[in-house]
Amino acid sequence: MSELAMSVEGVVKSFAAGDSRTFALKGATMDARFGELLMIVGPSGCGKTTLLSVICGTLKCEEGRLTVFEHDLRSMKEGEITRFRCENVGFIFQQFNLIPTLTAVENASIPLILNGVPSREAERRAGDVLAEVGIGDKLHSYPAQLSGGQQQRVAIARALAHQPRLIICDEPTASLDAATGQKTLELLKSSALQPDRCVIVVTHDNRIYHFADRIAEMEDGRVTGIFEDPKSYHHV
Amino acid sequence: MLEIALKMLFRDRAKYAMLVCGLAFCSLLMCQQSSVFCGIMMWTTSTVRNIGAPVWVVDAKVEQANEVIPMRQVEVERVRSVPGVAWAVPLYLGIEQARLADGSFQNVQLTGLDTGTLTGRPMEMTAGRIEDLRLPNAVVVDQVAVEKFRRKGIRIALGTTFEINDKEARVVGICHVARSFLGQPYIFTTYDRALEYAKPSRKQLGYVLAGPVPGVTDKELAQRISQLPGLRALAREDLARDTMWWYVKNTGIPISFGTVVLLGIVVGIAIAGQTFYLFIHDNLRFLAALKAMGARMPTLAGMVLLQAFSVGFIGYGIGVGLAAWFGNVVLAKEQPPFFMPWQVPAFVAAVTIFICSLSAMIGLIKVARLEPAVVFR
Repeated sequence: MSELAMSVEGVVKSFAAGDSRTFALKGATMDARFGELLMIVGPSGCGKTTLLSVICGTLKCEEGRLTVFEHDLRSMKEGEITRFRCENVGFIFQQFNLIPTLTAVENASIPLILNGVPSREAERRAGDVLAEVGIGDKLHSYPAQLSGGQQQRVAIARALAHQPRLIICDEPTASLDAATGQKTLELLKSSALQPDRCVIVVTHDNRIYHFADRIAEMEDGRVTGIFEDPKSYHHV
Repeated sequence: MLEIALKMLFRDRAKYAMLVCGLAFCSLLMCQQSSVFCGIMMWTTSTVRNIGAPVWVVDAKVEQANEVIPMRQVEVERVRSVPGVAWAVPLYLGIEQARLADGSFQNVQLTGLDTGTLTGRPMEMTAGRIEDLRLPNAVVVDQVAVEKFRRKGIRIALGTTFEINDKEARVVGICHVARSFLGQPYIFTTYDRALEYAKPSRKQLGYVLAGPVPGVTDKELAQRISQLPGLRALAREDLARDTMWWYVKNTGIPISFGTVVLLGIVVGIAIAGQTFYLFIHDNLRFLAALKAMGARMPTLAGMVLLQAFSVGFIGYGIGVGLAAWFGNVVLAKEQPPFFMPWQVPAFVAAVTIFICSLSAMIGLIKVARLEPAVVFR
């Protein structure tokens, strides 16, 4: 197995804006390794989230190379990418995106069900993951009955339930207070990070930079630097 | 994922209730109004159904069963002369005035049955014997007469007397028959006595009832009799159908009920379509999240369709159930008219499927256009 879990090279992505086009990515190049937590940081509008969307295959780029777990995503068909995402990618969203009418365990079981696990078995396995992330006593609570931190734990459990190899986190601490944000990252690092797994976090919350193994800095649609020592980046 | 879809639907109680109520109301409106319409149409053929003869012979100009153009008495003999006729008897039918003991009047549908055979006799006698019609001044009244006379303070029982065109009528039996279109009570008597009760005129024969010999169908016999100049013969079901169509074509009844049914469809589409659109719209970010997590379009389409058709099925069940309950209640009172043939619930089911499909399609268009990357915005 390659040491690289994911690599992007010269990725270009633009969006139509009236008669003109706005370029969100202008040749971004970076990679992520197995067993690491990579943070993509940068100012608002620099293309972090667009790059994240391209990496996980929810957006198609126009140019460049994109390889995830030795799969060339650009050459794959839409259905194949969806299947690939279903099997290999776990998502943690800024707004959690927990379905309000489903309980914690039902929310966490969704990726398993999408992967063909029968619902009862999926709920049992999701319940185990929820217990691992520390909310085993809230299995049957609805999102509205949970605090922000607890909701984010459910989201983490949902991202981990089907044991994906790539965890995508979009601003995971943006909706949380500082202490809860720290705990969430601690949990993410302890639960999600494994030798055969890669975690990519998009954030501009500098209070959590020290959790990263490496930091990719972006500006104006390009990756302007890769920092092997997050502490040194903190002092930049 | 279908189980997840149902949980998403059932636990969003406000929208679920609104969707079910909207579709139930729409189904109820369509089913109830269509059934009342069918009931009215059935009332138009009550004479045909009450008498029940296989072939009806009328004047060639008659268009429907409730329109009587009197014929000459000799027409009975002419009909009997047609090959294939096993029997033919006269029937008197006319609206006469009955005067009650307190002096009040009541229009009645006087029905004169063939004196010898009593062909066309009521099928269900609730008191007395139909054979007693052969007694002097004897009549058999229906349940409507009992009810209408009761409202005027007169309790009809065996032996009660009243007058028809100043001639005494004595009740020897009470029957239960299909209610007449105009709501007048049916008064049965013998043909000869009916002519005595009726106001004198040159022609008094309303119908000739006939039956075929074995091997000849009702329709064949009707065709043969229709060859006679000045006569028109129809099999029972053809006369009933022609009568209903006459009312459909020549009265405002279908337009009136059709408008309400159309209103039900519009209300159903408006409420169900709008609420389902809102339901999908409110869940759009979650559907996008599911799409991002790897839910394929057929999976999401299945979820949306299941949600739409679940509320449709439940709403339809409640609506048709309420219409049936309404029908049971009014059938006991015999008005308003109510008749729910299988075509009515089938029609309502088809409309409900259309509404659900339309609602689901609106939702599906939104889901199909949804980019999974929207969850990151």
